[in-house]
Amino acid sequence: MKKLLEIKNLEVCFYLDSAIPAVDGVSFDVYEGETLCVVGESGCGKSVTSLSIMQLVATPPGRYLNGEILYRGKNLLGYSTDEMTKIRGKEISMIFQEPMTALNPVHRVGKQIGEALRIHEGYDKKEAFKESIEMLKIVGVPDPVRCANSFPYQLSGGMRQRVMIAMAISCNPNMLIADEPTTALDVTIQQQILDVIKNLKTKTGMTVMFITHDLGVVAEIADRVVVMYAGKVVEEACVKDLFANPLHPYTRALLKCIPRVDEKRDKLDDIKGIVPNPASFPSGCRFHPRCEEAIKICKTIVPEEVTLGDRRVSCHLVTQKAKECRL
Amino acid sequence: MKKLIKTLKKSTATAKLGLIITAIWIFCAIFAPLLAPYGPNEVNTSKRFIPPIFAEKGTNEHILGTDEMGRDVLTRIIYGSRISLIVGIMAVVVSLILGTTLGLLAGYYGGWVDSIIMRIVDVMLSFPFIFMALVLMAVLGSGLTNVIVVIGITGWVPYARTVRAQTLSLKEREFITASDTIGCNDMRIILKHILPNIIDSAIILGTLEMSSAILSEASLTFLGMGIPPSMATWGSMVASGREYIYTAWWITALPGLAIFLVCLAINFVGDWVRDVRDPRLRST
Repeated sequence: MKKLLEIKNLEVCFYLDSAIPAVDGVSFDVYEGETLCVVGESGCGKSVTSLSIMQLVATPPGRYLNGEILYRGKNLLGYSTDEMTKIRGKEISMIFQEPMTALNPVHRVGKQIGEALRIHEGYDKKEAFKESIEMLKIVGVPDPVRCANSFPYQLSGGMRQRVMIAMAISCNPNMLIADEPTTALDVTIQQQILDVIKNLKTKTGMTVMFITHDLGVVAEIADRVVVMYAGKVVEEACVKDLFANPLHPYTRALLKCIPRVDEKRDKLDDIKGIVPNPASFPSGCRFHPRCEEAIKICKTIVPEEVTLGDRRVSCHLVTQKAKECRL
Repeated sequence: MKKLIKTLKKSTATAKLGLIITAIWIFCAIFAPLLAPYGPNEVNTSKRFIPPIFAEKGTNEHILGTDEMGRDVLTRIIYGSRISLIVGIMAVVVSLILGTTLGLLAGYYGGWVDSIIMRIVDVMLSFPFIFMALVLMAVLGSGLTNVIVVIGITGWVPYARTVRAQTLSLKEREFITASDTIGCNDMRIILKHILPNIIDSAIILGTLEMSSAILSEASLTFLGMGIPPSMATWGSMVASGREYIYTAWWITALPGLAIFLVCLAINFVGDWVRDVRDPRLRST
């Protein structure tokens, strides 16, 4: 498979009262046509990574310290604002967590969906509006004409998220970045939105980078998964391997948190402690204060990344095991 | 047209009242020579200080009385509506455009653009209006256009401040990021996404500022730097009647009432404009 997007050693730092390394040396690839899920707790750098791809991190206070984001071999971080506007919406699109606030309250929905077409494809107002009705049909809106003529406040959350998706895909982008698109929706609507995205994928072959903290969603749509913790990638694997045999203790802990139907339990599992403050990350492995399996070396030395076939993991336990095997 | 009538029918009573009063004043301004019983500068020294018809000793000849030079007050109010409306509306338009543009730039770009614009605002605020206006009038010379320009360019500060504040909060909203992700450039975001969200409050502010524009014109004229005395304006009428307020109150009060009515009506119209533009009321 061809690589569509390569993120290489990305470092994004925010300079507020102190320097906050939100993304610290993140690398992963996105292959053409796949669905990649980026998983992690709040504040682990998922959103900043995705905003970096679009170059939408506010600078200042943010700054790209290091790294490359290669889209079809070209470094997006080197692009000028004008060049980036040509990529945004046309090549790479994005949808957001909060469909309630992501639409402009003063414009009719149809006009907003058609805007990308007017920018990138040179449609006139009428054509763009007509096309937006087609787009609404594609994302499964029952009454597309009425919807296109509505203002955002007249639509429900699920509808608005569909509108957002319609807006994002109107120019047939190669890649869709979905930043927790189902988090603010209730479960039945979640399912519908996931179906919309899945259908789109099969129809257009679009690449999807899906950011979420919901492993249930991951199981449903992902081909491959990247697990992030405290600004770093801790594990990367295809979805089957990850669920069958999670290598990193953090991934295991995350999986343990999912309530299961076949077990009776009074209390849900959780991961002890909280996500560390990015202004002062713990030394060594950043997960060690919360890790139940931590050993001495974890406190002092940052684990190196180990590649095992098509998966990657950064954990001393795995490194040691790999060494033993080789010995 | 049909849509307009439909919107008008749905509007509130105050909106209708405002629109009617505004329409009457505009009508007066346009057809002044036909409506006014006398000429605006017809002086008649034998008929000075005649009270209006509803006061004691009022006559039919001068429904709203005469001033200290025997000029008909009604006539002068009708003619005065021309100047006052033009100055009021045009000055507000000038400062609204100027203030909104600068406010948008300051709020959206921030950084040094913001600093420079806001420092200019500070300077403008620290100067007394009349001083600045007088200096400008002295440089430009008196006349209707110059009065509009001067009031316009001294009055943009409130718009800039309001618009900047709203832009600052709007640009952090998710829909602005969303429009970024579909490839809108700055210009498009400012004009198509931020401006429609803030223009209403700028218009409301404009309707409030209109009264002060009309009064500013009065002050300038009173100081002899505004409209030439040959033209009747409400401001100059209020100013000239000031000396006789205890004996002939109508010379001041009636043009003052005219200013009040216009400002009130325009405020109502402003509210109406906001209601019409509110998407919640602009149903499909």
